[in-house]
Amino acid sequence: MPTHPFSRRGFLRSGAALAGAAAVAPLSALPVSAAGDLTVGFIYVGPKDDFGYNQAHAEGAAAVKAMAGVTVVEEENVAETTDVQKSMESMINFDGATLLFPTSFGYFDPHILEVAPKYPDLRFEHCGGLWSADKHPSNVGSYFGYIGMGQYLNGIAAGHATKTKKIGFVAAKPIPQVLLNINSFLLGARAVDPSITCQVIFTGEWSMAVREAEATNALADGGADVITCHVDGPKVVMETAASRGCFLCGYHADQSPLAPDMYLTGAEWNWAQVYTDMVTTTMNGGSIDNFVRGGLAEGFIKMSPLGPAVSDAARAQFEATKAEIMKGGFAVIKGPLKDNAGNVIATEGQAFAETDVALESMGYLVEGVIGSTS
Amino acid sequence: MTDHGISGPATGAPLRAMLARVARRAEAVVLPLAALMAGFAVFSLFLLMQGKSPAEFFSLVYKAGFGTAFSWQNTLSRTAPLLFAALCVALPARLGLVVIGGEGAIVLGGLAAGALGVSLAGAPAAVALPLMALAACVVGGLWIGSVGALRYLRGVNETIASLLLAYIAIALMNHLVEGPLRDPASLNKPSTAPLADALRVGDMPGWDVHWGLLAGIAGCVLAWALIDRTTWGFAARIAGGNVRAAQVQGLPVGRLILGFTALGGAFAGLAGFFEVAAVHGSANASLASGYGYTGILIAFLARHNPLAIIPVAILLAGFEASSGLVQRRMDLPDATTLVLQGFVFVAILISETLYGRLRIFAPERWSTR
Repeated sequence: MPTHPFSRRGFLRSGAALAGAAAVAPLSALPVSAAGDLTVGFIYVGPKDDFGYNQAHAEGAAAVKAMAGVTVVEEENVAETTDVQKSMESMINFDGATLLFPTSFGYFDPHILEVAPKYPDLRFEHCGGLWSADKHPSNVGSYFGYIGMGQYLNGIAAGHATKTKKIGFVAAKPIPQVLLNINSFLLGARAVDPSITCQVIFTGEWSMAVREAEATNALADGGADVITCHVDGPKVVMETAASRGCFLCGYHADQSPLAPDMYLTGAEWNWAQVYTDMVTTTMNGGSIDNFVRGGLAEGFIKMSPLGPAVSDAARAQFEATKAEIMKGGFAVIKGPLKDNAGNVIATEGQAFAETDVALESMGYLVEGVIGSTS
Repeated sequence: MTDHGISGPATGAPLRAMLARVARRAEAVVLPLAALMAGFAVFSLFLLMQGKSPAEFFSLVYKAGFGTAFSWQNTLSRTAPLLFAALCVALPARLGLVVIGGEGAIVLGGLAAGALGVSLAGAPAAVALPLMALAACVVGGLWIGSVGALRYLRGVNETIASLLLAYIAIALMNHLVEGPLRDPASLNKPSTAPLADALRVGDMPGWDVHWGLLAGIAGCVLAWALIDRTTWGFAARIAGGNVRAAQVQGLPVGRLILGFTALGGAFAGLAGFFEVAAVHGSANASLASGYGYTGILIAFLARHNPLAIIPVAILLAGFEASSGLVQRRMDLPDATTLVLQGFVFVAILISETLYGRLRIFAPERWSTR
């Protein structure tokens, strides 16, 4: 057991010794980075081929990997515990990573906030949009996208496709980001037909395949014929829904390969663009803004190509609405609107644009959504 | 233990007696080590089938787990919850009970500590921290103690009961954290309100490792003393060997079962306390991160000997500390470490059948005449 105290210098020494040892050891494949090169680390909370949240980030990492002069190191299935703190430090100490993307929402507090002050020269970029100047270190940044707009467009495709006028949503937890997606999906469908209702089932976990399958089956049993979701990996929901003859709207990443005929469209993250932009900025010696947001117009999110089941009328309304959203300032939550318990959310003329921070503490389900947040 | 009456030439007797002593004690060390090696060997074959080099794998494990000062801090900072989780398996195991649901006690212990810590905000740390730790112990102890009670009073299988109770514990924690105990400011990651800075457990001086490690080691030593140095421990070992015999002798089997399961649960609860007070700063779903299940492997590998838990937990933590580097360097999936743990676990279980069967460890059977 070492008795000497922990220090950055100690790290550097042992790191250098290790790199030296690795250079002679034929078995090791330590990346030897040339001067000026940038090593970027990506950390995922689940498997990077989950057809969902983690895959979306891994696709962004793959785009960064393709850039000249960049080395990408990745780690999957890293828990939101000491594990992620040590994974970050391991990437820093063993791989020389200077720009880190710990991508899970739960990595921020306390883990990134714990590690970042120890490495003031390095950059930590977190997905989730939690950074605030008065509370958090300046070498930490956060970014997020207005993906609720994508669920609104999903809703439009769903509104045209549904015959039962019932659509379904499999959701992980009743938190603001998820509630906004559920409400947007229903309101998109109601922009097609105001009689449509959306049943939501919360599984309570970000990743729990059995409950996701049960929830999907329950929605199909209840008559829903278009289903979308907000869980980490939508694969189980998509495959189960397709096997029940439901149309699908994707989320996080492109799930059309799972059921090409039933897939209408999907709300996808476009991290490839965000990440390559951030890496380019860093390599050019610039600094990334600490707080970055964007939607469809900024290329933070994108829609899956429309599937074969999408009608011409649906396509026309979808494209027209998408063009509206691209102009900026689009509001999904606008008056007159009530929640599903009858409380007024927005009065006539009142509107919450996609950038409105009030949306980030959403605690309600709008009228037409069948389900409860508690 | 009585004299086995080993016969032989008088001149060779002292040497022979010493060898006999060594041999008897060696069994408990040699067999687990051999099983560990066998597990590594099978895993190496698995790696070769994947076209990967076992030598590279083990050298990376060494580097990332034990090779540098950082590696040691990485390993040791993962060790604390594993020590407590393993005790939750090892203590009931001395009574012959297989309790695998320590995860539930960790989660609820952490939740209790977090919730109490919120209402103790402003109290001096010297009062509040012990109270939080106590709350975690009590809740964890009640949770696993109830498994012991179900076993003793109703004959419910403790393995299944503890596993199912772990699921219930996680669901209960999620419900409370997302409902009654939720900090309204924790929007997208429902948590209890953050602990005051004064109520956080810090790192040991000069180390990037929190005090939970020392507490865990102390817990292992205490548990060893209980089992090996007290009449309670002796009684528990008798009951674990043959419960009927223990009952005939008038040993309080029911109280032993309740006491040992509750103590195991209390240790697991402490793991939750340290996770909340030293790592997370509030109780939330991250408490359920699988330490309870790794603890099962550690306890079996240590043959339920609390002192042996310490090195085994450090070894396993080292494997987990290195899994990241293995992923990055060898392009192996994260599940690789799980596969390794699985092979080792099976090898350990097989080795359990060899105890008392190998003549080399049984001096009384050395004589062929």
